[in-house]
Amino acid sequence: MSKQLDQLISALPVITDGAWGTQLQALGLAAGECPDEWNLTHPDRVRSVAAQYVDAGSQVILTNTFGGNRISLGGHGLAGKIEAINRAGVVISREAAGTSALVFASIGPTGKMLMSGDVSETELAEAYGEQARVLAAAGADALVIETMSDLEEASIAVRAAAATGLPVVASMVFDSGKDRDRTMMGSTPEQVAAALSEAGADVIGANCGLGMEGYIPIGKRLRAATKKPVWIKPNAGLPELSNGVITYKTTPEEFARHAVALRDAGVAFIGGCCGTSPLFIAALSAALKH
Amino acid sequence: MEEIKKLYDAVLNGNFKIAKELTQQALDAGIDPQVLVQEQMIPAMDEVGRRYEANEYFVPELLISARAMKASLELIRPLLAAQGAEPAGRVAIGTVKGDLHDIGKNLVAAMLEGAGFEVIDLGVDVSPDKFIAAVNEKRAGVVAMSALLTTTMNSMKTTVEAIKAAGVRGKVKIMIGGAPVTQKYADEIGADGYSSNANSAVALARKLVAA
Repeated sequence: MSKQLDQLISALPVITDGAWGTQLQALGLAAGECPDEWNLTHPDRVRSVAAQYVDAGSQVILTNTFGGNRISLGGHGLAGKIEAINRAGVVISREAAGTSALVFASIGPTGKMLMSGDVSETELAEAYGEQARVLAAAGADALVIETMSDLEEASIAVRAAAATGLPVVASMVFDSGKDRDRTMMGSTPEQVAAALSEAGADVIGANCGLGMEGYIPIGKRLRAATKKPVWIKPNAGLPELSNGVITYKTTPEEFARHAVALRDAGVAFIGGCCGTSPLFIAALSAALKH
Repeated sequence: MEEIKKLYDAVLNGNFKIAKELTQQALDAGIDPQVLVQEQMIPAMDEVGRRYEANEYFVPELLISARAMKASLELIRPLLAAQGAEPAGRVAIGTVKGDLHDIGKNLVAAMLEGAGFEVIDLGVDVSPDKFIAAVNEKRAGVVAMSALLTTTMNSMKTTVEAIKAAGVRGKVKIMIGGAPVTQKYADEIGADGYSSNANSAVALARKLVAA
């Protein structure tokens, strides 16, 4: 891992950021619109999300490049803008981060399934490799493979990201099985930790999912399964719809209270996913810093 | 007849090569294709669905069983068509306008096919007009809509309204599903049903075509 990262995790935990998608929607991102394209069309609004997280105490912020691979962008007719969108994503977060935070560039899933033959391993490796190289060249401090449901796809993405030489965080969603401790494809935290380490990840994690409480045992199991630092970014509970408006029921204070258990379990990086906001990060900073 | 029971196991275990072989052998031996489908293959897929719902099976098991089912059905379908046999129902399925996510939709489509439905897959980002055309031109009796995003699920409401405006609401049952979707939302927009996973979607489709 890089010296910078070693230094960062010498004082645990590291506060990461919260959701981007739900924040951009609040700023006017329309239904079905490609969030990543906003790096080119609405850079000021994207920067304002990043800056709010830095102000709230994020020591690591991500980038608005979650869907910036060729396969996902291609669905929006934006395959020709891969380089511009990903480069702008890093630049925007870097401007907001200044010297207060590191920039970890986000790489999300392609939304295509290997097993059903919708996409091949080679296509995935090429798509992730292409995105990772642009993000690295734009100056990201690390790459974050996140919100993965399929361990095979995640492993391909990790290998492609690790080839850039940057530190790689690999984070999966655990929301399936009787105890909600499996990925969609049935992998356990232990299997995930082993396979992603093998693929070359430097940090292993869990994000999105069903909320903070369920991710405390997941964080503990990942902690026990690997010597590498652990990364946890849960949703603010499950979305609920009332009168056409989406709300997340977990409050920033509840979220932060549960996060203390993650810190005590030795989780290195703590932040939030869908439904969390700068208020959640501010509450985390207040609750977790000694 | 002992041999055809192995077809049940082949589908349940997702062994598509064996499923195909056994199907061909059974057909060569003159066994009624309807018997194969109704007594072995569909019950096997029902068991797959039950195990999935009980968290004993995960998506990979579901997919490989659906693949075995599909391999066998490819041999059987022409014979069923020649007999004039009707499918369990015709479902036009798609991810709604503005939404490009198709994993959930594909799983439901595979399970519906496995249950003997004819599935008309309209793909992703499907406009209300395309759903209406499938009802009018392809005689779909069920429209199944999927959405992953809270921001795109309102396209379900728009589509239900368009189906009403087109005057075909009486000809079709509407079912919906996807991560942010709930029974409450289905009631709110006037859909006929909601299901939370690919297995309960099959049960729902059966209920809707029987109603």
